[in-house]
Amino acid sequence: MTRSILPILTVVAAIFVLWYGAAVWLNAAWAHDKAGRAGVELSFGELVADTWSQDKPKLPAPHQVAVELWDTTVEKKITSKRSLIYHSWVTLSATLLGFALGTVLGVGLAIGIVYNRVMDMSVMPWVIASQTIPILAIAPMIIVVLNAVGISGLLPKAIISMYLSFFPVVVGMVKGLRSPGVMQLDQMKTWNASASQTFWKLRLPSSMPYLFTSMKVAMAASLVGAIVGELPTGAVAGLGARLLAGSYYGQTIQIWSALLMAAALAAVMVALIGAIQRVTLKRMGMA
Amino acid sequence: MSRDRGDTGVTTETVISAKGLNLTFQTNDGPVHALRDVDLDINKGDFVSFIGPSGCGKTTFLRCMADLETPTGGSITVNGVSPEEARKSRAYGYVFQAAGLYPWRTIGRNVSLPLEIMGYPKSDIADRVQRVLELVDLAGFEKKFPWQLSGGMQQRASIARALAFDADILLMDEPFGALDEIVRDHLNEQLLKLWDRTDKTIAFVTHSIPEAVYLSTRIVVMSPRPGRITDVIESTLPRERPLDIRDTPEFLEIAHRVREGLRAGHAYDD
Repeated sequence: MTRSILPILTVVAAIFVLWYGAAVWLNAAWAHDKAGRAGVELSFGELVADTWSQDKPKLPAPHQVAVELWDTTVEKKITSKRSLIYHSWVTLSATLLGFALGTVLGVGLAIGIVYNRVMDMSVMPWVIASQTIPILAIAPMIIVVLNAVGISGLLPKAIISMYLSFFPVVVGMVKGLRSPGVMQLDQMKTWNASASQTFWKLRLPSSMPYLFTSMKVAMAASLVGAIVGELPTGAVAGLGARLLAGSYYGQTIQIWSALLMAAALAAVMVALIGAIQRVTLKRMGMA
Repeated sequence: MSRDRGDTGVTTETVISAKGLNLTFQTNDGPVHALRDVDLDINKGDFVSFIGPSGCGKTTFLRCMADLETPTGGSITVNGVSPEEARKSRAYGYVFQAAGLYPWRTIGRNVSLPLEIMGYPKSDIADRVQRVLELVDLAGFEKKFPWQLSGGMQQRASIARALAFDADILLMDEPFGALDEIVRDHLNEQLLKLWDRTDKTIAFVTHSIPEAVYLSTRIVVMSPRPGRITDVIESTLPRERPLDIRDTPEFLEIAHRVREGLRAGHAYDD
């Protein structure tokens, strides 16, 4: 752990340097504009100070985003419409539901593909084709269609999440369920094992490392799906709604804080799956 | 069919019987004759080794007995019934080249796997696991995971697994092929003892002439293209075989015959 601390800190420091530098560069035009209208000349120090403290900067400085994050998480009540925690939870609940649905759908399709010849020959091309459709194009359709049949709120967003997250699970689990070698399958045959015994005792345990790896990818995709699901609908709550509102009113600081929150959420969720993976595989003697 | 076995004088029965067995694989390069007109009877209590170069069909023949391959011609019976029926009645234990233990199961749970699949009662399973692990000198290792054991111990565990459900026939496909010479000698010795104690019928595929001669009551020499039996050598060695029997003239004489047989099968080959 200590061995990796220094390189990580180095990279983080480099990002901050670049970020602050870019903030000066991108926000300087507006600072000069203001100064020109006021008829004053800016020194370099004044210019930097201004570019790092504008209300609606092109690129907010890291500390501005940090202050906004602090204000909207710690300083606001969770029930408040301006609390980022509240919006995060709205998005996260759709993400988790979509992730669960996607994982179940993905595992189900994978089992079908591995055990059914017709599905093996026909399903995979459709699965791949489904992912070539831009999610931004199909998300509004899903929302509109589900709205028309009276379903709104959490479920439509979760379905968009599912749409993105089942894919890595199908691909990973087909590979995982097929990972037992010919010899292990022959061995099952010599014991006259039934198909379900072979599945529960050999194929499923063999696929565990694949399942966790694909679930990590699926979780990240699921979060993207939930946010995208909030964009086209004029949703009033969720990280996607914050992004959208921020872009309407030029609130770049709000956009960036929502972006960072989304990134942090994804990181925590993926790390959580990673922890479950480590414990499970260790208990199974596979890691 | 029955005949007398010289050393014991007990009437024996045929356990595995192949008559005019043929197996042709269709490949992109045309048909491959893996087995052609193979005739062989294996009697109860026999230890039969199959030896020959790669592609001679020795493993394919073993897989036919186990119903892992389907012959394209001729007939084969195991315990008087078809290999499929024999497999479904769990008449044989099969030991593969690799131990093939499940990494997520302990040694004990690996050995109990076939018993769980066959629906043995829980109390019986524990007893049986204990007994067969003792038989292969692995008592006390049931809580260990496979990666904690050496290759030789893993292969012993896989033999224990094949023995756990009391099949009278043991089919072994180069079970010691991947192990070093010293471990292999040790396991050969143990396998002979086990065979002697349990009176199982063993069909054993190998690449090694000394291994075949040391273990077998009969040695079946096979040759490739098409895969066929070229010689069947009855061993004159006693049932009791210490490792140094391999230096006796009798042993060397049989080994010589096996080598001759292998060479004859290759006479027209390049």
